[in-house]
Amino acid sequence: MDSAVALGTFLQHLINGLTLGAIYGLIAIGYTMVYGIIRMINFAHGEIYMIGAFVGVTGFTLLSAAGVGSVALGLLAVLVVSILFTAAYGWTVERVAYRPLRGAPKLAPLISAIGMSILLQNYVMLTQGARPKPLQPVLVGGLTLWRGENFDLSISYIQLFIMLLTLVLMLGFTQLIQRTPLGRAQRACEQDRTMAALLGINVDRTISLTFVMGASLAAVAGVLVTMYYGVIDFFIGFLAGMKAFTAAVLGGIGSLPGAMLGGVLIGLIEAFFTGYVSGAYKDVAAFSVLILVLVLRPTGLLGRPDIEKV
Amino acid sequence: MTAPLLEVSGLTMRFGGLVAVDGVGLTAQTGAITALIGPNGAGKTTIFNCLTGFYRPTAGRLLLRHPDQGEIELQRLPGYQVARHGVVRTFQNIRLFPRMTVLENLMVAQHVELMPKSGFSVAGLLGLAGWRAAENAAIDRARFWIERLDLTAVADEEAGNLSYGMQRRVEIARAMSTRPLLLCLDEPAAGLNPRETAALGQLLLGIRQEFGIGILLIEHDMSLIMGISDRIHVVEYGRKIAEGTPAEIRSDERVIKAYLGEPEEEEMPAEVAQDLAQDLSQETRP
Repeated sequence: MDSAVALGTFLQHLINGLTLGAIYGLIAIGYTMVYGIIRMINFAHGEIYMIGAFVGVTGFTLLSAAGVGSVALGLLAVLVVSILFTAAYGWTVERVAYRPLRGAPKLAPLISAIGMSILLQNYVMLTQGARPKPLQPVLVGGLTLWRGENFDLSISYIQLFIMLLTLVLMLGFTQLIQRTPLGRAQRACEQDRTMAALLGINVDRTISLTFVMGASLAAVAGVLVTMYYGVIDFFIGFLAGMKAFTAAVLGGIGSLPGAMLGGVLIGLIEAFFTGYVSGAYKDVAAFSVLILVLVLRPTGLLGRPDIEKV
Repeated sequence: MTAPLLEVSGLTMRFGGLVAVDGVGLTAQTGAITALIGPNGAGKTTIFNCLTGFYRPTAGRLLLRHPDQGEIELQRLPGYQVARHGVVRTFQNIRLFPRMTVLENLMVAQHVELMPKSGFSVAGLLGLAGWRAAENAAIDRARFWIERLDLTAVADEEAGNLSYGMQRRVEIARAMSTRPLLLCLDEPAAGLNPRETAALGQLLLGIRQEFGIGILLIEHDMSLIMGISDRIHVVEYGRKIAEGTPAEIRSDERVIKAYLGEPEEEEMPAEVAQDLAQDLSQETRP
């Protein structure tokens, strides 16, 4: 019986960890794609995710005020609106803060990104208020997978939704990068921007679209996290952004499957650490992983080492 | 003779105090191979860089007579637009997308056409029928050039893993996949052995005849230049010193003095020799 409970607890942590990991993975893709194409860490990406969450809360609140009863319809509407708004922010950030620095030393856009991050945080704090924003539960209930004497293994509908939507988005994204002209153009720009332009590819537009795509996924993550935790504030982008960045580095920055894998791993580490060791130190666990990866395997799990041919 | 496809006049490129190209004028006809020769550092590659939007020339006019779009001044276009108007180039030091397959390299070259046809990739993502047809047509064209350049066996290999000679061929295949009006080749025979150079000459003659496009060629290999060129322009120290048919150039005294008479013509840089050796060993492997 004890071993059954132990197994049940393990599976429960696994489910929680995968849910969290899915969200980190969605954000991490934005870091990894932008790094891939312009070799820059977009430190404002966490804030883009935070804005996605705020648009989500606003959307859900408006819908419930308008008396929209259908959960599916409401969810779809909020996701679409959040993606549109957040993508516009992502595009604007690139246009305003990074593109003018395209030829500048690498440190300049990095500092610009940190500035953008602070600016967006404060902008949301001023316009939306500093207090946490609560949200009425959107998806309630769940499935009980296993019922024990004093322990139930369950998965909530929202967890299920997060995992399924993330899976669909990641499959779609892989398809987009591997099989469509836009994806090919992105990979070409990653490898040789000048040559891509000489073949007629509009490099600036491709970079803009990369930001738009990353922001769209961050928007979805923002909406999902709002539904999952039920409360957000203007500061959530910082920590989530750092963890997603850790995930991207863990998986191998620049690698799309790496970002997904890294996200899931960070989520699992956090969930298991919380469950078996201490919830208070879960962030320490996540960032210790970042340090270990940087020391032991700087290219990440799926990253390609940059071999200089001579 | 019809008006030339490309008409360059008064092309000047200055880098600070250095005048790399000084008032060069040249023309390239459609359906002809035009060669640009001159000693190292004469400004040939700079001319190419101006032509393909890599540099913005200090002065001068680069006029392209596009059969559909009329007269276009290339120097006014943003870099990526030059290829969209049918001028495409290869590089002296090969610039493939090394971590994409040969086929993918050739598909990227057709991006301009495929992007709108794929509904900016939305239809592509959904796998709609209209898009499939466009994608398949692009794959067919890529396969055509893969076969033509004898790359069938390596079509699905990453371009960066191929031998030097093969990478050169992929570059030409990729350039041709854009369906250019003017193909600009920067030393395509560099690092090739005599057999490969001869094959390249045949290939270029074939392309000229079959597709009727203009070919502009920078090259140091005199046997290749003299064998296939319809017209030769000679530059030295950024200025054009002669123009004519191979026979005329061969007997031009200024050219002989400036260029052909140079004794170190046959010298081969160490790394080129090394690449060539590597190339040979790979190709003779069973």
